[in-house]
Amino acid sequence: MSSQTGISKTEPLIRTVKRAELSKNRIFLLRIVALVLAIVAGGLFLLCIGYNPFQVYGTIIYGAFRSGMAIQATVKIMIPLLITSLGVALAFKMQFWNIGAEGQIIMGAIFATYFALFHADWPHWLLLAVMFLAGMAGGGLWALLPAVFKVKFNTNETLFTLMLNYIALNLIVFFRDGPWADPQSGGFPKIATFDANAQLNKVFGVQAGWIIGLVLVVVVYIYLRYTKQGYEISVVGISKPTARYAGMNVKKIVLRTMFASGAICGIAGMVQAAGSDATLATGVAGGVGFTAIIVAWLGQLNPVSILVVTALFSILEKGSSVVESSMGLSADCSDVLQGIILFFVLGCEFFIRYRFVTRKKGGANK
Amino acid sequence: MNIINFLVAAVLAGTPLLFGTIGEILHERVGHLNLGVEGMMSIGACSGFMVGYMTDNFWIAMLAAFAGGAFGALIYAVLTVTFMANQNVTGLTLTIFGIGLANFIGFYMLGKSETGTLKLPEQITAQMRGAKIPGLGSIPVLGDLLFSYNPFVYLGIILAIILSIYLFRTKTGLNVRSIGENPAAADAAGIKVTKWKYINMIIGGGICGIGGAYTIMITNGGVWITNCVGGLGWIAVALVIFANWKPVYAIYGSFVFGAFRILKYYVPKSFPIPNAFYDMLPFLVTAVVLVVNSIREKKENAQPESCGVNYFREER
Repeated sequence: MSSQTGISKTEPLIRTVKRAELSKNRIFLLRIVALVLAIVAGGLFLLCIGYNPFQVYGTIIYGAFRSGMAIQATVKIMIPLLITSLGVALAFKMQFWNIGAEGQIIMGAIFATYFALFHADWPHWLLLAVMFLAGMAGGGLWALLPAVFKVKFNTNETLFTLMLNYIALNLIVFFRDGPWADPQSGGFPKIATFDANAQLNKVFGVQAGWIIGLVLVVVVYIYLRYTKQGYEISVVGISKPTARYAGMNVKKIVLRTMFASGAICGIAGMVQAAGSDATLATGVAGGVGFTAIIVAWLGQLNPVSILVVTALFSILEKGSSVVESSMGLSADCSDVLQGIILFFVLGCEFFIRYRFVTRKKGGANK
Repeated sequence: MNIINFLVAAVLAGTPLLFGTIGEILHERVGHLNLGVEGMMSIGACSGFMVGYMTDNFWIAMLAAFAGGAFGALIYAVLTVTFMANQNVTGLTLTIFGIGLANFIGFYMLGKSETGTLKLPEQITAQMRGAKIPGLGSIPVLGDLLFSYNPFVYLGIILAIILSIYLFRTKTGLNVRSIGENPAAADAAGIKVTKWKYINMIIGGGICGIGGAYTIMITNGGVWITNCVGGLGWIAVALVIFANWKPVYAIYGSFVFGAFRILKYYVPKSFPIPNAFYDMLPFLVTAVVLVVNSIREKKENAQPESCGVNYFREER
C-alpha cells in the first residue's frame, strides 16, 4: 500500500502478512509444539530455582491420579470449570466479551441457595430441580443486564460484566453477614450448611455435577453446530451487519445468547454450592469464572476441546497441591504453568494465521 | 480531628489505586484494554519486595518494582501488539500468571528464611514512613492533610501530572492518543504505531508495578503476605472509567475510591449499612458511570475508540 504513495522507500525490515489457511494437521501440530515449548519453559523456570523439573511434573501427574480419592478430587475441580467454560464459550462465539462469569456463577448459587435454606423440606428431586432452575435464572438474569445495556446503549460489555462480578461477590458477603447468617456458627461468619435433602447426590463418589457437565458438553455441541440458533450466534459473531442483512434480529440473538451463557454459568454456581461446598461460601466462584475464559479460548470454543483442556487444567491444579505438600513448592505453580501454557498458545495462534516476511523476501514477491 | 484522619487515610488507601490507574490509562490510550493490572501489580510487588529484601536499598527496590511491572506489560505487549492475540484473554492470563508467580516466589522465599517470615530491613521501611515535610508539615491541619505522607503519595501525584501534560499538552501525546482512537489513521500520518504502543505499555506496566510495591511496603508495613495486591488491580481498571481516561481525574478518583475503601471503619457503627455495601461501592459507582456515559453518548467521555481491537497494518 505504502509503495503506491511513493513515500516509503524503506519497507520495514520485518513485516507481517496473513498466510493461506493451514491444514488441520499443521494447525494441530503447531499447537502441540506450543504446548511442549510451554512445558519446557516452565521446566527451565523450575530448574532456575533449583528443582528438578521432571520430578515436579511427575509429581503433578502422579498426584492427580495416585488414588481413587485423588481422581475424585481432580474431577471435583473439573466440574464448575467445565460448565462455566461452556457458558462463556456461547457468548464468546458471538464475540460478546462476557468477563462476568464469576458474577453469574455467584448469582446462580445465591438463587439456588435461597431454596436450599428455606425450602429444605420439599421432596428431594423437586427441590433439586427448582434449585437447578433457580441457578439458571440467577446467572441468566445477571448476564442479561449487561446485554440489555449493550443492545440499547452500546455500553461496553467487557467493563460492565467485570464490575458486576464484584457487586455479586459482595452480595454474598451481605447475605452471609446479614439475613442468611448461620445462628449456630458461634459468631464465625458463614451461611448454614445445606440440609442433606438439598445437597446433590453422589455418583461414583463424586457429586453428580459431573453428569450435568458431560450432558452440557453434548447439548452445547449440538446447539452450536446443528441448530438454527447456534448458526445465528456464529453469524452475529463474525459480522453483525451480515446478520442484519440476512434478516436476523441481532438484538434478540444477543439477549438470548447472553441469557443462555449466564444461565449455564449459574448452573455451575448451583452445582458448586449444592454439590461440593454444601453451603454458599464467598469462594463459590473462586476465580473459576476467569480461568474458564482461558479454558474456553484454549479449547477454541469447541465443547469437546474444552472438556480436554478442563481436564488438563484440573490435573495441573490437583497435582500442584500435591507438589506443595510433598515437595515444599507452592501450589501456585499451577497458576504459573497455566499462564505460561496460554502465553505460548496465544503466541502460536499468530503463526497459524500470519507469518513474518523479511524485507528481501517481501520484495521478491512483488 | 476525626475528619482529618479520615481524609489522610483515604489518600493512603487511594495511592496504590492511583499508580494502577495511570498505568492502565497509558495502556488504554494506545488502544489496549489490559485486564492484567492485578498481575502487573503483583509481579511489581514481588520483585520490589524481594530485591529490597536482598539488597537493603530502597531505590534499587523501586527500580525492581518498576521492572517487574514492566516485564508483565512486555509479555502483554509482545502477545497483543506483535502477535495480535486477543486482549481480554491475554490480560486475564497475565493476572492469573502474575498473582501465581508472586505467591509462588513468596512461598519459595518464605521456605528459605530462617524465621518463617519475610520482613524488609529497617533502613528501607524508615525511608517509606510518612514524614512531615520540614516547615510546611507543622502548619496546623493543612500540615497533616497535605504534607505528612510517605514519598509514594507525592510520586504518584507528580507522575499523574507529568503524564497528563505528556498526553494532553505535547505533540507526542497527541500522536499517542490518536493511536488509541484510530491506529490506521495514525499510521497513515506517519506515527510509529508499534513503537509507541510498546513504549506506553511498558512504562504503564512499570507504574502499575510501583503501585504493587506500595501494597506490600506501606499497607503491609514491609512484611510479605500472599495475595498482597488483593483485588486493587481490578478497582484500578474500574477507576480508569471513573477517571474518564484522564490522569489528573485519576488523582481525585483514586482518593475518592480510597475513601470508599476505608469508609466502613469511620462510619458510626449505629449506621445500619452492611459492610458489604462499602466494598461494593467502587464497582457500583463505576458501573453507573459506565452506563450513564454510554447513554449520553459523549465521545470525550468514552473509551478510546480502538480499545480492545488489535491493529493489523495490512488489513484492508
